[in-house]
Amino acid sequence: MPEIKVCDAKPSFVERSYSLKVDRGELRVIYGPTGSGKTTLLNIVAGLIAYEGYVFFNDVPMDCVPPQKRNIGYLFQGLHLFPHLSVFNNIAYGLKIKKIPPEKIKEQVDELMELFEITHLENRYPQNLSGGEKRRVALARTFAPRPGVLLMDEPLNSLDENIVIRLRRQFKRLQRKLILTTLYVTHDSEECIELADNIYYV
Amino acid sequence: MAKIIISYLNTLKPVILLFIVWEISSRYFFPDQSLFPPASQVFKCFCLLVSEGLLFNHVKASFLRVAAGFFLGACTGLVLGIAMGWNEVIRSNISPIISILYPIPAIGWLPLFILWIGINELLPVMIVFICAFFPMLYNTMTGVKSVDLSLVKASKMLGASEWQVLTTIVLPLALPNIFTGLKLEAGMAWRVIIAAEMVAISTGLGSLLMKGESLLRVDIIIVCLLILSLLCFCSEKIFLLIENKLTSKWRNPDA
Repeated sequence: MPEIKVCDAKPSFVERSYSLKVDRGELRVIYGPTGSGKTTLLNIVAGLIAYEGYVFFNDVPMDCVPPQKRNIGYLFQGLHLFPHLSVFNNIAYGLKIKKIPPEKIKEQVDELMELFEITHLENRYPQNLSGGEKRRVALARTFAPRPGVLLMDEPLNSLDENIVIRLRRQFKRLQRKLILTTLYVTHDSEECIELADNIYYV
Repeated sequence: MAKIIISYLNTLKPVILLFIVWEISSRYFFPDQSLFPPASQVFKCFCLLVSEGLLFNHVKASFLRVAAGFFLGACTGLVLGIAMGWNEVIRSNISPIISILYPIPAIGWLPLFILWIGINELLPVMIVFICAFFPMLYNTMTGVKSVDLSLVKASKMLGASEWQVLTTIVLPLALPNIFTGLKLEAGMAWRVIIAAEMVAISTGLGSLLMKGESLLRVDIIIVCLLILSLLCFCSEKIFLLIENKLTSKWRNPDA
C-alpha cells in the first residue's frame, strides 16, 4: 500500500495550496466545515482536477498518471451508483474491468455483500434501495477492486445514527484488515475522533 | 392471459366499429361504389392479391429496400452520433454541416438522387438511408451527451479506460434515446419508401398503389394503404419490444 505525499498542490480555482504526507495503511481524516475544500484535496489525489504542485505515491510522481491508473478507490459523496446495473454488477464492475475470471468475481462480490450485509439486495437496482443500502453498496463497490489508496468523501453523511455506527465499524475493520492508505473526509467531529489515526484540518 | 385478450379486444372495438360504418355507408350512401368500395369488397381484393402472390412480391420488394436502407442509415447514424456525443472536437466540426442537411426532408433528395444514381434499386435504399440517418444521429448524440458525467468519473475511478466507459456505461444509458430514434424512423422509413416507389420504381407497395390508381381500382389502393399502416405499426412495435427487453429491468425496476 502506497504512502501518499502531496506537495504544494493548488488547483487554479482555489486560493490555498495543500501539503500533507500520509503513511502506508494510515487512516487520515480530512476534517473541516462544509465548503472548506476537503473534496478538492481528494480530487487532486485522484487526479480528477488539474493542479499545480506534486502528488507522489511511494515517491513516484503521479501528476501525469490518469485517474484510472492510480489504483484508487474513491467513494464519492453522491455515491454515483450505476443505475443500469444490479447491486451485484455494480460491486463487480471494477473487477470485470480488470478482466478477473467470473468465478473469482462471484467469490469476491459475495464476500463483500456478506460483509456489508447486502446479500439479499443482490438482484435489486440502485433506484430501489434506501439511502443506507445505497451507501453500503457504494462502499462494497469501492473495496471490490482492492485499491491501494482509499478516498472517502463523507461516506456516512445523512444516515441514521444506528446505521452510521455499524457502517463505521465495518469500514474501520476492513480498512485495517486490508491495510489501506485512506483519506477520509468528514465534518462530523465524533466520526473524526472515532476513525482517525491522524487528522488534517482544512 | 385473459386480461391481455380482453385489453386487445377493447383496443380493436373502435376498429371493428369503423369497418361496420364503412361497409354500411359505402353500400347505402354512396352511389358509385367503384370510388368508395365497401370493406367486404376490399377484403375480397386483399384475398385475391394474396392468392395470386402479387401482394407478397410487392411487400417483399419494399421490405428489402426498407431493411437495407434502414440498417445502413441507422448504423451510420449510430456510429457518427456516438462519436459526436462523446468527442467535443468531432461534434463542433460536424455539427454545422449536419444542421444544414438535417431539415431537408428525405423525399426532397429524390430528384437529386434520380440524376446522380439513376432509377434503380439503390435509389429507394438511399432515400430510406437519409430518412434513418439524421434522426438516429441526433438521438444517439443527445443520448450520449446526456449521460451523467459523475457516472463517467465513477467508472474511471474503478479503472475503466475511455473505451470501457463508453461501452459499459455511456451506451447502455443512452439506449432509451437511441431507441426513440429507431422507433420513430422505423415507421417513417415505410412512408418515404412508398413515396419513392410511387414516383420512380416499378415494384413495391408504392408502385402497386400507383397501378391501382391508373386502373381506377380504389380497392387495391385501400388494401395497400392498410398494409402500409400495419407495416409501420409492426416496425415501431418491434423496436419497442426490443427496447423494453433491454432497458425495462433498470428503467422500471418495480415492474
